[in-house]
Parts: sequence; C-alpha cells; structure tokens
Amino acid sequence: MSTFARTDTSILGQWWWTVDRWILGAIGLLIIVGTLLTLAASPSVAERINMDGYFFVKKHLMLLPVGLVIMFGVSLAPPNLVKRLAVALLVFSFILMLLTLTIGEERNGAQRWLSLGGMSLQPSEFLKPALIVFAAWMFSEQNRASGVPGNLIALGAWATAAGMLAMQPDFGQAFLVTVVIGGMFFVAGMPMILVGGLLAVGAVGGVFAYLYVPHVTSRIDRFLDPASGDTFQVNTAINAFRQGGPFGRGPGEGVVKRILPDAHTDYIFAVVGEEFGAIACLLLVSLFAFIVLRGLARAFAAEDHFTQLAASGLIFLFGLQAAINMAVNLNLLPSKGMTLPFISYGGSSLLALSLTAGMILALLRRRPGIAIGGASVGRAT
Amino acid sequence: MATAPYRKQRVHVPSDMVGSEGQPWLSGRNNRAIDLGRNRLLMAGAIFLFAFSAIGVRLVELAMPFSQQKGMMQLAAGALAPVERADIVDRNGIVIATNLKTASLEADTTEVPDHALTVERLADELPTLDIKRAGKQLASGRRYVVLHNDLSPRQQAAINMLGIPGLRFVSDERRIYPQDNLTAHAVGYVDVDNNGLAGIERGLDERLRQGGASLQLTLDLRVQHALRDEMLQAVARFSAIGAAGMVMDVNNGEVLALASLPDFDPNGKLNNTDEAQFNRITLGSYEMGSTFKVFNTAMVLDSGTAGLNDVFDATDPIRISRFTINDFHAKRRPMSVTEIFLYSSNIGSAKMALQIGGKGQKDFLEKLGLMRRPEFELRELGEPSWPRPWGEISTMTISYGHGMAVSPLQMGVAVASLVNGGRMVRPTLVSSEPGERPEPGPQVVSETTSKQIRYLMRLVVGTPEGTGKQADVPGYEVAGKTGTADKQQAGRYRKDARISSFVGIFPASKPRYLIFVMLDEPKGIKETFNYATAGWTAAPTAGSVIRRIAPMLGVAPIPVEVDGAKLAAFGGVN
Repeated sequence: MSTFARTDTSILGQWWWTVDRWILGAIGLLIIVGTLLTLAASPSVAERINMDGYFFVKKHLMLLPVGLVIMFGVSLAPPNLVKRLAVALLVFSFILMLLTLTIGEERNGAQRWLSLGGMSLQPSEFLKPALIVFAAWMFSEQNRASGVPGNLIALGAWATAAGMLAMQPDFGQAFLVTVVIGGMFFVAGMPMILVGGLLAVGAVGGVFAYLYVPHVTSRIDRFLDPASGDTFQVNTAINAFRQGGPFGRGPGEGVVKRILPDAHTDYIFAVVGEEFGAIACLLLVSLFAFIVLRGLARAFAAEDHFTQLAASGLIFLFGLQAAINMAVNLNLLPSKGMTLPFISYGGSSLLALSLTAGMILALLRRRPGIAIGGASVGRAT
Repeated sequence: MATAPYRKQRVHVPSDMVGSEGQPWLSGRNNRAIDLGRNRLLMAGAIFLFAFSAIGVRLVELAMPFSQQKGMMQLAAGALAPVERADIVDRNGIVIATNLKTASLEADTTEVPDHALTVERLADELPTLDIKRAGKQLASGRRYVVLHNDLSPRQQAAINMLGIPGLRFVSDERRIYPQDNLTAHAVGYVDVDNNGLAGIERGLDERLRQGGASLQLTLDLRVQHALRDEMLQAVARFSAIGAAGMVMDVNNGEVLALASLPDFDPNGKLNNTDEAQFNRITLGSYEMGSTFKVFNTAMVLDSGTAGLNDVFDATDPIRISRFTINDFHAKRRPMSVTEIFLYSSNIGSAKMALQIGGKGQKDFLEKLGLMRRPEFELRELGEPSWPRPWGEISTMTISYGHGMAVSPLQMGVAVASLVNGGRMVRPTLVSSEPGERPEPGPQVVSETTSKQIRYLMRLVVGTPEGTGKQADVPGYEVAGKTGTADKQQAGRYRKDARISSFVGIFPASKPRYLIFVMLDEPKGIKETFNYATAGWTAAPTAGSVIRRIAPMLGVAPIPVEVDGAKLAAFGGVN
C-alpha cells in the first residue's frame, strides 16, 4: 500500500510504517471471520431463547466499530501510555469487580456481569489485559533495580485478581490469569528451581482441586471417563467435527448450533467444524498460531524488558485462550468456559480483545532509535 | 560493552521514560534480563507450536474420512450411526446375514403442533403404533421422545409427506437373516445394538464390527438345507427330542453344514427357548457309544500289537465288579479285529483296549483331540468329560464309547483325521484363500491304519451284515459306523432313552466328506420293527443326506461293480 509515503511524519503515517502489518492483517481477518460466524451461529441460539434471530448479530455489529476504534486508538499509544492506561484500567476494573460481587447480575450461578444502562458488562474481561501489562511493568522494575519490589507487587496484583475471579466464581479465568502471569514470571527470569517448584505446587493443587472441589471432580471425571456423567456438550461437539468431515456440511446446514446452548460462544469452533469442515478449522488454527508465533517473534526482537514482557504476556493470554477453547471443543481438555478470541460472540469480550490487540500492536511497533546493541537499528526503518 | 561504570552513576531517570526512549546506561542488567527472556520466549513459542499442532492433528483425526472408522469405535455405542456390520455369506456367496436400513421416528414434542391430529395421522401410516402411549409421549413436553422403531422406507416416506413439524427420523440398522432358521446355530444372532450374542456373530464379533468385505463361511447352504431337511424328517418320523448333524471336508476341516434341532429363527430370537438355542454339535457332550470303536480299532491297529485278522475271544461276557460287558449282536465266539468292528462287539473291543492299557488309550484319544476343547470359531464349545481316575473298567467301557463324553464336533474331527490319511485336521467355519489355509496337522496314525479304518467302515455300510447298511448309497462308497448309547440320567443308564448316531465318510477309497448324524431319543416305529438303534434311525438319515449332497458336491460316482470287487478283495484279507 502506498497510501502513506515513507517520509510522511503525521501520526497516521508513522503508525502505518511502524505497526506490525502482518499481525494487524491477521487480526483484521479474525474479526471478519468472527463476524461471519456470529451470523452463522447466533441466530439459532437467539431463536431458541425466544429473541429476535438477529439479536446477537445486531449487538455484534453495533459494538464492532467501537472495538475497532479502541484497537486503533490504543495501537497509537507509546509504551508509557500503555502502562498508564493499564494502571487506570486495572484500578477501574478492580472497582467494577467489587461492584459485581455485591450488586452484580447472577447468571448460571455466577456473578460476573454488571448492568450498565441496558448493557451488561463483564469487568473481568478488561481486568486480564490490564493486569498483564501492569505485571509486566512491575517485573521489569524489579530487574531495573530501581528499588521497587516489582515482583512482589505484580504477584500481589495477581493474587487479588485471581482471588476475585475465584469468588465470582470463575475458575476458568482465574486459572487462565494464573498461567499467563506464571508464564510472564518465567520469561522475566524466574529461577528454574522455582519453575519446577511451582509446577509441582500446581500439580498438587490440581490433585487437591480434583479431590475436594466437587465441580472440578465431576468435570475431570467426565473428561477421563465419558460414561460417568453428562458429556452432552462435548459429545455433540465431537459429532459436529465428524459430521463436518474435511469440507463441512455447508453454511447453514449445521445442526449443532440448534442443540448446544453455547454454540455462539464456547462451542463456536464446533459449529465451524460442522458447517465449514476441518480444513477451514485448520486454517483458523493456523491463523491463531500465526498471530501467536509472529507476536512472540516480535516480542523476542523487542529491545526493552517491559515491552518484551508485556507483549509476550498479552500474546500468552490471547494464545492460551484460543488453544484452550479449541482443545475443549475437540475434547483434548476437560470443559472450561473459555471463548475463542474474536470468533466467539460476546460484547465485553470483543471490546476487551480489541483493547488487548491494540496494546499488542502498540507494544510491537517498531521504534527507531531505541536499539542499544546496534544490531537492530538498521532493521527498524 | 563496559556497563559497570554506568550503573554506578545512578543517574535518575523518570521511570516512565525507560524503555520507550531507551537508556543506554541501564542496558547492562536490562540486556541480561532481555536475553534470558528471549531464551524463555523460545520455549514458550515451542509450547504454543506444540499445542496448536496437537489441535490440528486432533482435527484431522476426527474429521478426515480415513480416520472415521477408528474414531467411531471410540464413541459410546449408539452415539453415532456405527460402521455397517459386515455381511455373512456362504461358500458360494449366498447371503446368510445382512443389514437392513430402518429408521426410528423421534419427536421434539415442543415443536409438534396438534398432538391428537398427529397421533391420528401417524396411526394411519403405522398400524403397530401404540396410540395411547404415543399420545402420552407427545403430551410429556419433552424435547426427545422415540415414537416408533423399525420404520420401513415406505413408511418413512409416507410420514415425511405428512409434513408434521417436530418429527424426525434417525437411521438405524437391523440385522436380517434371510435364511431364517437354516443356519441358526452356526451363524448365531445379534442383540438390538448389533452385538454378536451367539454363533459366528459372537465368535467373530470384532471382525464383523469392522465392516468391510463380507465374511465368507465354509457353509454350503445347499448342503446345509439337505442336512437340516432330512434331520427334520427324521425327528418327526422317530419322534426324537432333538438331532444334530454335520458335514465336513475331511482333508481341510471345512464345515459345509452344521445343524442342531430344535432350532430357532435368529430374526426373532427373543422368543426362543434355551433348548432351541443349544448347539448340540459343538456345545453338547455325549457318550457316543459304538462309534468310538473307530478310535479303539485304529489305536490297536496303529500300535502294531494286532492286525485285522488277530483274534480276541468274545465268547463270554466280561464280569468285573458289579458290571457286565455284553454284546448287542452276540456271536459267542472268538472274533477277528475285523469281525469285532463289523459286528460291533463290546467284549472284543474291551479286550483289544486292555491289550493297549489305560495310559496308551488316554494318549491316543488325547492325540485325536478328544480330551480337550477343540479350537473353533464358535464360542459355544463343550468340555469333554472322562472318568477320574481312569481305571481298568474305564479303559474297557471307553473302548466302546461309554464313560467318556465328547462333542459331535470333536468326534467328527477325530474321525476325519483318521480316514484322510492320518493327518489331524483343524475344524473351521470360515473360508480362507488357498494360500492362507493352515498347514495340515501332524500325522496321528499311519497311512496304512487310515486305509484299514476306511475299509472297516466300508464293510459296516457295504455288507449285508453291517449295522450301517441303511446308509449306503450305491456309487459313493459310503463308509461309517453306527453308535447307540443309552442316555444317563441321575447317574444311571436309561433303557428307554438313547442317543443314536452315525458317523460316515464318502467315498471310502479316497474320502472327501464326513457326515455325522445324531438323533436324541428316537423312538422305534413299525417300519423299523420298533428298533430305535442307530442302524435304523441315524444311518438311513445319513444315507438320505448323502444321496442328495454327493451329486452337488461333485463327488464322482464309482461303478457299483468296481466297488463290490474292492470290498470283496478287502473282505478277502479277512
């Protein structure tokens, strides 16, 4: 594209030349695919709960421009602004989550939603990227020996967030946040001995959760031995992939979306498998893998510690969420409420993901002049 | 890069400027951390790559056509339409078991508009619909009810044409046996979920589940039909409570026909009694009576301790403790081995067995597979039984077929192995390609013994004094031995209930087929002068079967004159 000359020094011009256009393009593609799939999967769900067939589609299309603006706006921000934004958002979402726990709306036995003038908001979605960026900042402070006990602060923030998520209760998100923060700590230089120790603690914790938390016990049991309980969702999903075969039954021909309550959110991947086939699914997997690996490669090339940590943390979040969702759909993991980024329907999720993507794009922008070793000075421009 | 001095300067840098503008003097510590971070990012990248690859592999495994079969097997039964169970055909390719596509009618009651009208309309198309039950089901408000099973395609189409919303069809498969009772015991049957429950359906359940090419059996439906038909007639004629019959290729053990009466219709097997499902050929074990003399004689001849013309004294009954061994067709004189066989002398047989002794007898029967459960594709296999301890009395009674019980299958295999030149055969119901045929088994008796046994058996059928003469079919050199055994009940032998059997081979000079016919508790009739012994019941039945099957099996007839000359020559040895 030659819309912007290389000599163009306007904000937009600089953005165009410094942003990672591969990731931008891939995310754009995901957003388009997600919109199409919301069209495919959500009407039958909406009809089943006696709403206007295009209820979800309309909401999605209304929120999409907002999301795009957020993504673009945030991606313009320099790293310092990203930090400040994250801190503000963290404080804000902590407050909202406290509110959720007290005056929140209860759905399916969990308090996760907050009603705001006809719209419901899920603050935990915004908490995740904010926490990650904040933790990245703190981890990098620790390394800078600036006297700030960064690691402690970061872990404190994590503990607060995970605790609040667990109280909702939303163990899936608590687990996700824990893994991502753990991964970031790992990248930030956690000693290997501690890594091993934490893995051991995690394993022991997992066993305890299995033994003493009935809800976890039942999920794992059903995963390990499908005959032991209701595996309706997972069985239906697996059937969907089988029925779809390599090329799918064709758009609109699927039946899974009429049966599964979460066809437009947690189980949209199965809808893709049934209607568009395994090859389309593989393309989608490749798209996610591309974003994750490209993102990690760019984080690898980052020249400062905060950028490296924040970018990789956000990508961990994005990638883990995608991988877990798809693995659950394929019965590789026990079921866990996790949405497929940009593909699953969800208002809060869409906005929060736009924010996350905006932050990733902002952090991964090429910044001429910051290179220290000299190796990448030439590459950046 | 010299970094240490820079660090010592401790220049104040606003924290929010770090990173974006880059502070060279802080780069030492920062750089080390970044490098470590890069190493670990590589690991993280590898983990993600692995995770996404695993997802890709799983997708391929689930959805690609070549992997469907395996994937389906892992699912709980009934979750998906399973692979179509393989057909079963006879040796000529005629279908014995196949699958019929049916459909069951299900409903989402919340979508069905007018319940009463729906039931009325459905009842028009489905005469077997339980109207009350269907009405209740529809009124239940449930999203899934099964209204009717086993719809024919015509009914399915008719219901579809009704256009009632909320009804749907689920394809089903039903196992069908077009030959009804004909092969009931050999082929068996399946349950409603197509799990094999008996016969080949059970024995080779896994092979059949895999679908694919038809399973070809060694059964020949024409032979099977002839055998079963003659058996039915015999059962009716002699008012027997049951019958068993088998035709086997003596050279490779292939079973061409296997029938047990009473039998059942595998299509409607649920109403059948245990009695009807009992396979008398493979599961039942019986004291066979005089047909066992085939083994006793072969044992003595093969041991070399006596020849055909050696004489044993059968003048007086043997009295040992409280038993008396007597002859049915008593001659009250010393007899040669040939005569003992021909006249079926128990006394002579017992004396022959004593010459070998209990251990040698046991070893010989063991060698013929009579002491162990045979290897066979069916799982309904009976255990042989014999006296423990195996004393002298046992040695004598077993010589003429009492005190030891074996299944007709074992009996047939042992006789086939004796007459085919002396090689042990392995019985089978499953056709194999010429290259896949199992090697002939070990030599159990010499060729000479084999030949002598064949002619002894031929004498029993081919001479006027022979007990099996009613089995003779001119031109086919039928050879055989009859056996009549009193049935045991509560440890005592009954005089009024017997097992009459005939084991035969044809043609005697170069045997190809073995036939076994057994009647359970036949009653004498006027035409048989009230005799119910094997010579009057089982032997003529076997003869009738051979008369029908020998031509269709392509057995070349031998001119009666040649046969007679051979027989005379053999008798001359006597």
